Amino acid sequence: MIPAAVDYVRADSAEAAIAALAEAGDEAKLLAGGQSLVPLMRLRLATPSVLVDIGRLDGLSGISIEGDTVGIGALTTHSTLEHSADLAAACPLLAHVAGQVGDPAVRHRGTLGGSLAHADPASDLPAAVLALGGTLVVAGPGGSREIAATDFFTGFLESALGADELLTEVRVPVSTGGWCYQKFNRRAQDWAIVGVAVAEGGAGVALVNMGSTPMRAAGVEAAVAGGASAVDAAAVAADGTEPPTDNNADGDYRAHLSRVLTERALTAAGA
Amino acid sequence: MTETPFTGGIVGESRPRREDPALLTGEAKFIDDLQIPGALWLACVRSPHAHARITAIDASAALGIDGVVAVYCGDDLADAWEAPLPCAWPVTDDMKNPAHYPVAQGKANYAGDIVAVVVAESRYAAADGLEGVVVDYEPLDAVVTIEDAESDRVVIHEDCGTNVSYEWPLVPDPDAVEAAFADAAHHVTETFVHQRLIPTAMEPRGVAAVPAPHNGNMTLYSSTQIPHILKVMAAITLGLPEQKIRVIAPSVGGGFGCKLNVYAEEVICMALAQRHGVPVRWTEGRTEASGSTIQGRAQRQTIELAADADGKLTAVRATLLADMGAYLQLVAPGVPLLGAFLYHGLYDVPVYSFTCKSVFTNLTPTDAYRGAGRPEATYAIERAMDALAVAVGVGPDEIRSRNFIPTEKFPYDSPAGLVFDSGNYQPTLDRAKELVDWDGRRAEQVDRRAAGSTTHLGIGISSYVEMCGLAPSRTLAALNYGAGGWESATVRILPTCKVQVVTGVTPHGQGHETCWSMIVADQLGIDPDDVEVLHSDTAISPLGMDTYGSRSLAVGGTAIWMATEQVIEKARAIAAHMLEANADDLEFAGGNFTVKGSPDKEVPLAGVAFGAFTAHDLPEGIQPNLQAQVTFDPSNFVFPFGTHIAVVEVDEATGAVELLDYAAVDDCGNQINPLIVEGQLHGGIVQGVAQALWEDASYDADGQCRAANLADYLVPSAAECIDMKLDYTVTPSPSNPMGVKGIGEAGTIASTPAVMNAVVDALRPMGITDITMPASPMTVRRAIEVATGGAS
Repeated sequence: MIPAAVDYVRADSAEAAIAALAEAGDEAKLLAGGQSLVPLMRLRLATPSVLVDIGRLDGLSGISIEGDTVGIGALTTHSTLEHSADLAAACPLLAHVAGQVGDPAVRHRGTLGGSLAHADPASDLPAAVLALGGTLVVAGPGGSREIAATDFFTGFLESALGADELLTEVRVPVSTGGWCYQKFNRRAQDWAIVGVAVAEGGAGVALVNMGSTPMRAAGVEAAVAGGASAVDAAAVAADGTEPPTDNNADGDYRAHLSRVLTERALTAAGA
Repeated sequence: MTETPFTGGIVGESRPRREDPALLTGEAKFIDDLQIPGALWLACVRSPHAHARITAIDASAALGIDGVVAVYCGDDLADAWEAPLPCAWPVTDDMKNPAHYPVAQGKANYAGDIVAVVVAESRYAAADGLEGVVVDYEPLDAVVTIEDAESDRVVIHEDCGTNVSYEWPLVPDPDAVEAAFADAAHHVTETFVHQRLIPTAMEPRGVAAVPAPHNGNMTLYSSTQIPHILKVMAAITLGLPEQKIRVIAPSVGGGFGCKLNVYAEEVICMALAQRHGVPVRWTEGRTEASGSTIQGRAQRQTIELAADADGKLTAVRATLLADMGAYLQLVAPGVPLLGAFLYHGLYDVPVYSFTCKSVFTNLTPTDAYRGAGRPEATYAIERAMDALAVAVGVGPDEIRSRNFIPTEKFPYDSPAGLVFDSGNYQPTLDRAKELVDWDGRRAEQVDRRAAGSTTHLGIGISSYVEMCGLAPSRTLAALNYGAGGWESATVRILPTCKVQVVTGVTPHGQGHETCWSMIVADQLGIDPDDVEVLHSDTAISPLGMDTYGSRSLAVGGTAIWMATEQVIEKARAIAAHMLEANADDLEFAGGNFTVKGSPDKEVPLAGVAFGAFTAHDLPEGIQPNLQAQVTFDPSNFVFPFGTHIAVVEVDEATGAVELLDYAAVDDCGNQINPLIVEGQLHGGIVQGVAQALWEDASYDADGQCRAANLADYLVPSAAECIDMKLDYTVTPSPSNPMGVKGIGEAGTIASTPAVMNAVVDALRPMGITDITMPASPMTVRRAIEVATGGAS
């Protein structure tokens, strides 16, 4: 549990962080809440040469609601999301899911941007943002660009974020239709063995830990859109997925769970 | 029966633990908190293979890293050892005990076996150094299961010629066993597997060896349960003069048995501190601990019950196959023996048979883990009793009531050869049933089934008796254990009437200081805060057998009580002299000596203490100062008992098991501090529930642990726990003057079968009779699919 030596840079601004990333190349990692990166470093599974600390950047935290859009700074902690009355009113699914991440200590340090950028298929928040049809705003040397959440997760712990880019904001639509998050695990603080996020009565459905990336359950969404019952729509939840095998579950059991949990989530969401 | 020798009004009160403020604020120092100037840091190169020949070790890259001082492999340190690491319990004369050297020589026998060590100026340099040691291995076939080990397909220790370490029978009357089973109206046979468990003390292990090169002294700080035993064993292993070794256990963050050992890292740090002439220290990492600290359980057991038509037991026969791991650690061979006498539980059984075979595997060594043998025995009999109830056609409560040892039979001569000290079992079952609303839950279960619910209710009983308070030295001798089971205490009253208690038991979270101060304060009529308890340092407390086997109160506490009584008797003689009265005419209460019939003639203990200190006017033949030292060797074990009932809900669709309710009614005799009893039960119960539902140190076919960190090894948190309903009966032990019994392991012993009986109870209508532990959602769901013919 002793990490390898690493250089440390504290960025004073987003521009400075991007410049530091550009200078260090592939060997740099951004440090926000550190809840995923630091454990990997302590196990020496991650050995970046430079840590660019963005934890004290101003202007990247907070929740703003304008019209039909909720904008959330990338450094906003899970705890802030969990306890925001504004978010609970405008987008209760996201507020609820934030409260399901890890344990209180993790939620006080971990950030929404960090969770999305880490792109862990077992994480809760990517599924919520996918189900909500969110958009990610990233800044790089050439300026800002937007990436749809559905295009963001490209592989296991890989995203569309460039090596010299910084995730600055997450935007999700105001969403007060029927929603549910079914997280199945054996201990409260664990990653989901399987999770299912449902937004807007089943218009958006996303799966946790059912493949190499956080993913939308497009088949389920289509079935719901076509008027299928919760039972029938849930039956296709695992179609096209390649769920992993670990101590808690093999692929077949995960597929089974995804159907059970999807049915429960759709039913609770009023689909 | 509620006899108690205590009249001071302190014993029996629920008092917060006085240790806690220091522990909770960081004032207490654990091993890694110690500041040791000039210490070198040790890091261990561990075999990644479960079984491999070491063909070459190249440390040149490590030695080139800034801060790395030295690298040693097994051959480099071979001359440091006067003897291999100790196993103190050769249970049979022909037990196979392969030489276990702190650093492997030629072959690594489990993933985690130390093959080289790095010594560096900082812990960071030491960790970097690990990556610079290149070891060439020739992997060998690994023996991972006890069945494979028993077959001798691969013999791990060639000089032993077999993987079987020993076979140990306890069959008092073989013919009677055969006859009982031949005549049985009911014959139940059950086989259960106890998965490997990782003890997971909150504080991993750590060591710091501090030498004094000029005078030859060596101080060893270790996060250990056994500083006294460690001192003796380190002297033997290293060939150091024992009087030069001082062992100190600083604040120790839990043990559960895993720190009841003599570990490689302890003697390696000592050997290297001696070699380099400076302190050498090591702190275990959590992932490292999963392979380098002993593990628990790892047994396969078969139990057979013979019973008459009414379900009255006529014989119990148990056979055990136990996994010792790659080597025999300190008391590992004796762990099955600690359960060997209890496979008939708390039931009156005339005929008994137990046999055990223990084997080596290429896995981390096992040893004593909370309960050590008794959880396994209790699990077997309590699961089997439920099967017998089904066979007989009565309820699980009724089958137990029909078989409980009747109260009038105590002290009870057990069929295995023990004498159970005291017991009254039926009231614990009755009260536990009340606490969970047994009848209401049974009705709810029937209703749910009738309604076709897919969330199934299960109710499980576990009644237990255990043997603890280790141990009468003569009994240990009969079991071939390498030491005695006594405990020592010194009680001294200082000139200002404050008290020092010196004890040989070694707390690592139990709250000893609180309890010992309460006992002595109650006896002396003083404030518990005026009693200081000294322990865990062999220079301050030279005599001790340390803490394990729920022995601290029943053995160590008794020694303290006896020493205090001796101090009171000495004080009485001095007080009589001061009051010019006959000692027999003095009464001692509330901290004052008074003369019977002359209440105005009195002297406080403080006056006696100061008089004993000045020694200006002591009676003839009385030595100065108030002090007594006692070594207590118990005449028998103590036998706590109780009944636990778990109520669970099983979600048929997912296989998830949820604990809905839990009641525990325990009897540990007289209680010193009920708050601490409650805490021991809370923690113990959860630890046993964890074996039933969560924890599993599973290994793959190559001998790699698949649960090597706390993300994969599922130690439950507070979030997984429920409020437990606790109650007690009080049946004092006649084996010690305080009438106490141990309670440190009872919760763990009782809870695992209660939960598993509940899980099986929920699923029995589907035809399910067993679930392999832990009852994970996938395991339960698979069992449901097999039983109902459904598929995922």
